Amino acid sequence: MAVRVQREDFDPGAEMAALTAGDHAVGGVCAFVGLVRDMAGDAAISSMTLEHYPGMTERELERIEAQAHERWPLNASLIIHRFGRLDPGDRIVLVVTASSHRQAAFESCQFLMDWLKTKAPFWKLEETPAGGQWVDARDSDDTAAARWIDATKGDRGS
Amino acid sequence: MRILYFAWLREKVGTAEEAVAPPAEVATVNDLLGWLAERGGGFAEALADRSLVRVAVNQTYVDGDHPVATNDEVALFPPVTGG
Repeated sequence: MAVRVQREDFDPGAEMAALTAGDHAVGGVCAFVGLVRDMAGDAAISSMTLEHYPGMTERELERIEAQAHERWPLNASLIIHRFGRLDPGDRIVLVVTASSHRQAAFESCQFLMDWLKTKAPFWKLEETPAGGQWVDARDSDDTAAARWIDATKGDRGS
Repeated sequence: MRILYFAWLREKVGTAEEAVAPPAEVATVNDLLGWLAERGGGFAEALADRSLVRVAVNQTYVDGDHPVATNDEVALFPPVTGG
C-alpha cells in the first residue's frame, strides 16, 4: 500500500512496473489515470489549480486504500494525486491495483476512484475566460460512491 | 482552537487559518459554525448554506453534533472535487 500527494508529474508505466516487480503471484494489474480536460461544460479551461489539506488528504487516501485491501485480495496498490497548477492534458491522479485475478483488480481500482472523488480533501479551481471558478461537487459522484456502500456494510467511514 | 478554511470558504472568509477562543457555550461543531457566522460579512456568507460546508475535527470528518475542544484543529471546506 502506498499513497503519494505531490506537485510533480508521475510516469504511469514506471509506477505500474515498480509496484509489482518481483511479485509473481500477481496475475493482473489495473490502472486509472485522470487527466485535466480543456473544457468544463461550454467553457474553455486554460489551467486548473488543485488545493488540498496537507495531512488529512494523505490520511483519507490511506484509509480508503486500507478499505480496498479489506474488501479485495490485493497484492499491492498505489495512489498518487497531484496538487498545484496543472494544464489541460496533464495527469492529475493515478490509481493502481494488483491482484492474482482481474476481477479484484478492476473492482478495487474503480472503488478507490469513486471513494477518492467524494472523500479525499481536494478542490479544483478552473481558470476560464470568465475568471477562476471552483468546481462544484457532482451528485453523480455521490451516486457512484454510494453503490459500494450498498454492496457491503460498514464502508461509510466518515 | 485552530480553524482552517479551504477553497471558496477560504476566499469568502478572507483567511486560510486563525486561532479562536469561543465562549464555553460553544460545545459542538454546529455551535461553532453559528458563532463564526455571527461575525457577519464573509463568515455569514460562507456559512449561510450548511449543506455546502464539510467539517473535519483533527483531520477526521465529523457531523454537526460532534464536540469541539480548546486544542482541536477544525477544518471547514466545501464538498471535495478531486480525482
